[in-house]
Amino acid sequence: MSMTNQNRQARTTLKLVGVVLSMFVFGFALVPLYDIYCQVTGANGKTASAYVVPEEGLAVDPDRWVTVQFLTNNNASMPWSFRPEVRSMKVRPGEMNQTTFFASNPTGYTMTAQAIPSVAPFHAAEYMHKTECFCFEQQVLATGEAIDMPLRFIIDPYLPESVQTLTLSYTLFDITDTTASAAAE
Amino acid sequence: MSAVIENHHDDHHHGPDKGLMRWVLTTNHKDIGTLYLWFSFIMFLTGGCMALVIRAELFQPGLQLVVPEFFNQMTTMHGLIMVFGAVMPAFVGLANWLVPMMIGAPDMALPRMNNYSFWILPFAFSMLLSTLFMEGGAPNFGWTFYAPLSTEYAPPSVTFFIFAVHLMGISSIMGSINVVVTILNLRAPGMRLMDMPLFVWTWLITAYLLIAVMPVLAGVVTMMLMDIHFGTAFFSAGGGGDPVLFQHVFWFFGHPEVYIMILPAFGIVSAIIPTFARKKLFGYDSMVYATASIAFLSFIVWAHHMFTVGMPIAGELYFMYATMLIAVPTGVKVFNWAATMWQGSMTFETPMLFAVAFVILFTIGGLSGLMLAIVPADFQYHDTYFVVAHFHYVLVPGSIFSIMAAAYYWLPKWTGNMYDETLGKTHFWLSFVGVNVTFFPQHFIGLAGMPRRYPDYALQFADWNMVSSVGAFIFGFSQLLFLFIVIKCIMGGKKATDEVWEGAEGLEWTIASPAPYHTFSTPPELPERSMA
Repeated sequence: MSMTNQNRQARTTLKLVGVVLSMFVFGFALVPLYDIYCQVTGANGKTASAYVVPEEGLAVDPDRWVTVQFLTNNNASMPWSFRPEVRSMKVRPGEMNQTTFFASNPTGYTMTAQAIPSVAPFHAAEYMHKTECFCFEQQVLATGEAIDMPLRFIIDPYLPESVQTLTLSYTLFDITDTTASAAAE
Repeated sequence: MSAVIENHHDDHHHGPDKGLMRWVLTTNHKDIGTLYLWFSFIMFLTGGCMALVIRAELFQPGLQLVVPEFFNQMTTMHGLIMVFGAVMPAFVGLANWLVPMMIGAPDMALPRMNNYSFWILPFAFSMLLSTLFMEGGAPNFGWTFYAPLSTEYAPPSVTFFIFAVHLMGISSIMGSINVVVTILNLRAPGMRLMDMPLFVWTWLITAYLLIAVMPVLAGVVTMMLMDIHFGTAFFSAGGGGDPVLFQHVFWFFGHPEVYIMILPAFGIVSAIIPTFARKKLFGYDSMVYATASIAFLSFIVWAHHMFTVGMPIAGELYFMYATMLIAVPTGVKVFNWAATMWQGSMTFETPMLFAVAFVILFTIGGLSGLMLAIVPADFQYHDTYFVVAHFHYVLVPGSIFSIMAAAYYWLPKWTGNMYDETLGKTHFWLSFVGVNVTFFPQHFIGLAGMPRRYPDYALQFADWNMVSSVGAFIFGFSQLLFLFIVIKCIMGGKKATDEVWEGAEGLEWTIASPAPYHTFSTPPELPERSMA
């Protein structure tokens, strides 16, 4: 009897260890799951990566105008100068638009930056299609160097009627340290 | 079969080893339970001293005693030590002492692992406390350690914090596995699951919660470690990560964690109230189902801690209603306890006083929790002292009172002596008054807008803060009386009978007082279905 009891205990223990290991993996699985969730729902104002315009193009509604506002922020101690060319523009959903952002590095050393976009109201994020954006890549600027960075985007014609103003905000992060350590490895 | 049992019996005719090594090497569930309880009490006093530093600084507006950097370390360490060092080990200690005695088992199923899971803890907490003396100071980012505050902007000691959390997690997981294996495999022959005392039930469910969420906590601190030292960007927006992701993963662990700290308390109170009301527990089955429902719901409400991060309205609505749903099974429990007391022949010995105070004050904490669940109201309450008042009401007169009730209730069984009833009641009333004077005013200053985790505040909050600090010192110092009562009881006192309490039911009251070093080496004969 005691032998079979030992076996039963060992089986229960093993099962529970299995649960522990799978929950540890599940914790990490939450990372991609969260990204997928945000992409599907547009939660967090995250915008998708480069948009490919369908061959037949998008239907343009000539009577509808939407205001797009541009915001720039510097994260924490990021010393760069960073601003949009225009603060806001009126656009027609379905049409391609273009604007530029300006950045310069006033420090005495070469720095790498990454701009992170966010759209408000966030349920409009999935209707902001960017075909070209400086946020798709990192910016490396030497001392005193300045750059004009293009942004090309289309507002999806299916943008809900309730949305008349969209805010596209960029936060500029200093990633010099992380890229330097990555290069060193 | 009887020969096997007799052999087994003969092997165990020895008492505890002598000297210090008894405690280091012990695999006896009673020894390990005692170690856990003493450890948690030391941590309770340590975390309590930190709370008194906080309340002393907040006695008056302005900065008097400590610098803000140190104040932040105190709030962080107080939270971590109370949650992981005081409340959780106390419940594990009670489980070690009581679960085998309640189900008629000779010991825990995995005694050697039991020893390891305790002895990891002193190392984990030495490591955590040592950060106080390190360059840059101890963790200062709050016990919830939100990234990037705990990654990019953390003091260097954060790495020690991470490893300490890993160790605590390993200890909890091993302890929980032990509890589940014991309960599922070592019950006295004939004891069905629905015959088990509620303390055993609530611990079984708590252990499953721990097994499910402690690995997620280990995962989230591992991600922090990788962000800090290995150049990943799980939580760094600049690298493509997301700080809000941290909050989701943390609270996926954190919400079940708050039930881990309260379900065993439900079990304790469900044991004590019937004894002193001299009636059977009202609605045993519904108690079990309510516990299981609370445990299930705890996995699907986590984002109510983060309503202000900017969630879709549908998400806010879902998390609001799901959270409110928890009030249903919890309400079932509160009404069951009230119904158990209804028309009972009640007496108010110290354990009963703590248990009744638990029911009333925990309900207050539960109701302020419902207020916090209301999304539009939460935007006002978020990160104010109202939240501090809420979770201290469920944790101090909730979890801690239940632990004290348990200590008084089972102390005669553990030591063989009755504690001093007059002193016990004095301890209760000092604690009861102290706790309410401390935390009730925090509702008011919270609703008036005082934010939590700041060493200074606007003048309008001065009066209630002073009251709160006075209460904190009353509560804090009355715990020294508790220490005295426990030591006095261990040293001697009126001999306890085997049954100890007139109306007590359960297998632990059928064995001698003090409980012999080895109990139930042969499984007990169960009385005819008396437990259910």
